[in-house]
Amino acid sequence: MSWILILEQSLNGLQFGLMLFLLAAGLTLVFGIMDMINLAHGSLYMLGAFLASTFIELTGSFLAGVLLAIPATAVLGMLLEVSILRTLYARDHLSQVLATFALILIINELVRLVWGSDAALPMPAALSGPVELLPGLRYPSYRLVIIGVGLAVALLLYVLVTKTRVGMLVRAGASNREMALAMGVDIKTLFTLVFGVGAALCALAGSMLAPLLAVQVGMGENILILAFVVIVIGGIGSIRGALVGSMLVGVVDTIGRAFLPLLLGAFFQPRVASAAGPALASVMIYLIMAVVLYFRPQGLFPARG
Amino acid sequence: MKRNLLVLSLLIAFPIAMVGMENLFYVSFASRVMIYAIAATSLNLVLGYGGMLSFGHAAFVGAGAYVASILVAEGVASVWIGWPTAVAASALLAWVIGAISLRTRGVYFIMITLAFAQMMFYLVNSMKAYGGDEGLTLPRRAELGLGLDLGNEVVFYYVVLFVLLAALYALHRVIHSRFGRVMIAIRENGARVEALGLPVYRYQLLCFVIAGAAGGLAGALLASHGKYVNPNVLHWLQSGTLMIMVILGGVGHLWGGAIGAAVLLVLEHVIADYPLPWLAQVAPNYQQHASLGVGIVLLVIVLFAPQGIAGLISRRKNA
Amino acid sequence: MLELRSVTKRFGGVVATDNVALEVVQGEVHALIGPNGAGKTTLIGQISGSLQTDVGTVRFLEKDVTALRQHERVRLGLARSYQITSIFKRFTVLDNLALAVQARSGSSFSFWRPVAAEAALFDEARAISREIGLAERLAVMAGNLAHGEQRALEVGLALATRPRLVLLDEPMAGMGPEESQRMIALIGRIRAGVTVLLVEHDMDAVFRLADRITVLVNGRVIARGKPAEIRADKDVRRAYLGDELAA
Repeated sequence: MSWILILEQSLNGLQFGLMLFLLAAGLTLVFGIMDMINLAHGSLYMLGAFLASTFIELTGSFLAGVLLAIPATAVLGMLLEVSILRTLYARDHLSQVLATFALILIINELVRLVWGSDAALPMPAALSGPVELLPGLRYPSYRLVIIGVGLAVALLLYVLVTKTRVGMLVRAGASNREMALAMGVDIKTLFTLVFGVGAALCALAGSMLAPLLAVQVGMGENILILAFVVIVIGGIGSIRGALVGSMLVGVVDTIGRAFLPLLLGAFFQPRVASAAGPALASVMIYLIMAVVLYFRPQGLFPARG
Repeated sequence: MKRNLLVLSLLIAFPIAMVGMENLFYVSFASRVMIYAIAATSLNLVLGYGGMLSFGHAAFVGAGAYVASILVAEGVASVWIGWPTAVAASALLAWVIGAISLRTRGVYFIMITLAFAQMMFYLVNSMKAYGGDEGLTLPRRAELGLGLDLGNEVVFYYVVLFVLLAALYALHRVIHSRFGRVMIAIRENGARVEALGLPVYRYQLLCFVIAGAAGGLAGALLASHGKYVNPNVLHWLQSGTLMIMVILGGVGHLWGGAIGAAVLLVLEHVIADYPLPWLAQVAPNYQQHASLGVGIVLLVIVLFAPQGIAGLISRRKNA
Repeated sequence: MLELRSVTKRFGGVVATDNVALEVVQGEVHALIGPNGAGKTTLIGQISGSLQTDVGTVRFLEKDVTALRQHERVRLGLARSYQITSIFKRFTVLDNLALAVQARSGSSFSFWRPVAAEAALFDEARAISREIGLAERLAVMAGNLAHGEQRALEVGLALATRPRLVLLDEPMAGMGPEESQRMIALIGRIRAGVTVLLVEHDMDAVFRLADRITVLVNGRVIARGKPAEIRADKDVRRAYLGDELAA
């Protein structure tokens, strides 16, 4: 087990965590402001990836494809919000869960009808080579780009939410919706915008992760659960919580998968280690969530008091 | 009451008719529907009457299925050992998951039950000794003894029917008992129930465990029926399917789980196996996209008929 | 019967109740008054157990109950009604009261016997409904009751647990003059069997019913004593009563 390997896996964890943050940020605001459980958030991530693959095919450029997919997904997201999701805000959680679950089924099948069960989104050739970060540490340049983009977007979000008026309105809405309404904030429009931004972030994450994870129907559900775990750990309604949570989840998940089997192998027989290792790694995240919720049932940084 | 008797006699007569028509496929299919009816009814207890949005119920069904299967695979074939053990295992699992999850509220509760179910899924998926992600195939169904062979579809049908009726009757008694009133009250206004002197957490946990145990029984039956179990039975999408059944049939209505299971599974079967030529012309391959129909129906129900089929029926009765 | 010492509760930077000392004697009607935001409901929450105090002790019937959960305190005989109506809207009035009676009598971990067979529960529920004046409305769904009736049911639910001390949190909230008179009469009737800690804004009711009054402003007790003393107290008039009495 070398330093190089540890550093490499840490970078992978950082990269995964940042992409998770893109999903979690939108999701936590949706929950926080409208108290709405949206299971279809993962479907926006999937749509972003599929749309990107089509736009890349049409334009021949990875960058153009991704840049087109983002607003396209945002528009689709906002249409969804205005048409169906709005009617769910006043409903109970069970209805929201079931309705958005229905949306997952519908969107999955629609994607299958239009694109088939999967699509190709190859890594851009220019970025497919490694970069030598330190002597001996060669890291894929594409992943470095993801980290860079993730950090830039995180910074942008931070500035947006803490330093702008719109951001302040969003935070007010997340911490106390009734008060914000009473103060005359147009919650409906604000929310559609927030939803659109959330969808855009999903699309960015989806299209950037696609060369690494493959574009297929059902990709949204897998990452959705992780995103939910992130916001539950971080605290609903809190962007800061989403960032902390996604870093935690991203790093633990990646490092767990990489090193737990090795660690177990030091103590147990290879047969046990090779079976228990991956199982434990998958389970790590949920264990952490259970522990956090046990001590802080509202998460680490709940937006509401 | 009359309607119940009618349904009951139909259910009893059904396999005999099928035997007469020499079509045992439908007897087996009906058994499967009834097993899901039991699973959905168990979810209805905790969801419809208890008001707890457990998104991880598949974990208990799956635990029951796996425990029962592993016992048969290891040579312990008797249902009198296998099924009670499966129930006990699911109850224990529900106790652990419930004890932690019920400390949380609202969204957090939903997510943590979902996450626990996924945890179980990954754990089971990694059990290479019992098939891992390929699942576990059993040589035969469990043994009932008493001179009856569960391998006989008609015998199995009646056994499942008996369990289903017992489950529905038990649910009926529980709802009208003191415990049931408290659970329904907790669903309506948990804070006030606590203010009346009742420890809400304990009641919710007990309800959760009972529902989990019943789900485990359904799982054991399911594994026996198909002689096969694989990790997908624990996946959260399965929990979602159970929830769809409950809401379709009528959440909080006695027959809700059973009706929902029957309607969903029959519809799925009809769509898959009976192609409609005119629809195929308009939309070729429509049968592969049955989920689209399910999704649309579910959305419509949630938006416009949240009380499900049982709700519509009782509204007609009272109107 | 009830004794609070140094009870303090903070929410973030705000001190909701500050070093509160309070005493309620058996058999009395003790009123807790103060302007909005004074911390009265927070104090009630800490007495009933739905809120944990940060500092201080709550003693009930000579026992330190500070660490006890709400349902345990109810079992000891300490019940409350809520300022914002918290009843079972989709149950009938009879079922509402029967549930409260059920909670107090015997174990509810009973799964087989139908509640409908327990005549005693429903008889007692009917008796309570007569006490609170809802005997004619037993079959009505609680959500369909008039506001005043719902407030009466609110009190009834607390009473059905047969408490030694009942905390009434603004029972007259949102009531018109006629309904208020009925509620005052109700409290007048029940005081024979139970000690009452009454939180109210309606000064008419307070001065008619209370044996002693404690005044809470900004989380602190600024005065306590008999109604006549409180009326005359300069601090109280300045902080709270002045405008009210003039009006």
